[in-house]
Parts: sequence; C-alpha cells; structure tokens
Amino acid sequence: MQIGRVIGSVVATRKHPSHEGLKLLLVQPLNLDGTDRGDAVVAVDALDAGVGDRVLLTNEGFCAGSSVGRWPATPIDAAVLGVIEEIELLPDVRGQR
Amino acid sequence: MFLGRVIGRVWATVKNQNLTGQRLLIVQPVTPELKDTGKRIVCTDATGAGAGELIYWVRAREASYALLPDEVVTDGTIVGIVDHLDVKRTP
Amino acid sequence: MILARVVGTVVATRKDPRLEGKKLLVLKPITPDGKDEPGYVVAVDTVSAGVREKVLAVSGSSARMAEGCKDKPVDTAIVGIVDAVSLDEKG
Repeated sequence: MQIGRVIGSVVATRKHPSHEGLKLLLVQPLNLDGTDRGDAVVAVDALDAGVGDRVLLTNEGFCAGSSVGRWPATPIDAAVLGVIEEIELLPDVRGQR
Repeated sequence: MFLGRVIGRVWATVKNQNLTGQRLLIVQPVTPELKDTGKRIVCTDATGAGAGELIYWVRAREASYALLPDEVVTDGTIVGIVDHLDVKRTP
Repeated sequence: MILARVVGTVVATRKDPRLEGKKLLVLKPITPDGKDEPGYVVAVDTVSAGVREKVLAVSGSSARMAEGCKDKPVDTAIVGIVDAVSLDEKG
C-alpha cells in the first residue's frame, strides 16, 4: 500500500455497471516527506474518507475490487483501505522520500 | 483509475481478433486540475465516450475485466465519463 | 521479493475489516549491501518484525499467500526477517 491524501471526489453518471453506487475519490499519493508522489488517482472508497484525510491506498486489483464487494473480475484498480491516524517514522527517514 | 481526456481515435483493420468490434480511443492523462500529464495512451472503451470528454480509465489486467464476457486484449479501458470533479488540495 | 528495512509504523483504526489486527509497517527498500533505495511501501507484517529490522517483503497477489493473508486485501506482506546477506565478490 501507499500513503495518499484525499483531495477530492469524482462524479460520473455514465460508467461501468460495476461502479454503480460506489464513492470515487481523488487521492494524491504521497512520499514519506509528505510531498506529492506522481499524479492523483481515482480510487473507490468504502470507508467514507473525507477531503484532507491521509489514507492507505492500494493499486492491486483484488484488494481494490474486494474492498467494495466487487470481486471477481471487476474493472477497479485502486481503493482506499484505511484512514490513517498516525504515521511514526525513524528520524533518519523523516524528510526523505 | 486515472483521469484523462479523449483526444482521438485509432482505426486498425488488421488487429488481434479479440479486439474486433472494440473502439480504440486515444487518451491524454490529465491531473485533477485538468493539466496534461504523462504519455498519451490507446484505450478500449466501456462507456461510449467521445472526443473531448473527461473520463476515468482503469489500467492493466483490470482493464480487460471491463469488457467481460468478451475477452479483450487490452491494458487500458475507459470505465467512466466524468460529470464533474470536486478538488480541494490542502497545503 | 524485496529487501527492505522497517522505518516506521502506521495506525489506522478505520480500515477494511479484513485488516483488523494486522500490523502495518513502513518499509524502505534497500540494496543487498544495505543502502536505501528510493520510495517506500506500507506492508502487512506476518512475522512480528520490528522497527529497524531488515526484512523480506513480497508484493502483488502472492502477498496473500503469506501467513494469515488469504483472501485479505494485502498487496505487500513482510514474510521474513533477514539475519544476513552475503554477496559474491564478483557480484
């Protein structure tokens, strides 16, 4: 999993039937130092994460699809698996990516 | 999944038979602020998306799942057309 | 599998119920001679690893073959604590 920050949401009416009823969030993956890591992704969310929350993000198919009860064989490749309360890092990696 | 904009279309007469009947669209990945980012890619389409539309697409093996029961040889499929985005980046 | 060192912990109370009771650790990939590599990954611990330890981690669907991870949303699992790494001089 990666660490990400929820930066928004996506509204789509015309979409794959398996995405009906799912909440779609925009999640910005983060480096360990809190800076952006690559581009934001669209992730499904079963935990009602909110904008500004730091979250655990998976980009593995089974983890993502099954987290919203859409498995097997569903076109979902990213999901929020946890809302992070706290990250504790060794001093030597703080500020590192 | 990733945001993108449909910027074109590909026609290919000679292609893998598992691609027969599939629309092939050129997608420019974009950021939530709608700026171009990264390389353009060719996607199959599960939504009926058209030129200029903001979409989201799914990558890798999950891309082929969007077109089941057809077993389509694809690694990128458009799975939704975006009506609107709410973006609120906190500093 | 990758070699990594455990550099931190993550606490998330609200999470996928299948992750209940799982310890989440932050890993920094390392080279065989112990230098940090770029990036990080958050992994599920299956061997009672601790911060500062060198570990082996497996990613992708194979991560779910680790102890206690079957059918759980685990994409990276710590599956070993490294005692020693020896490198052929010619490496």
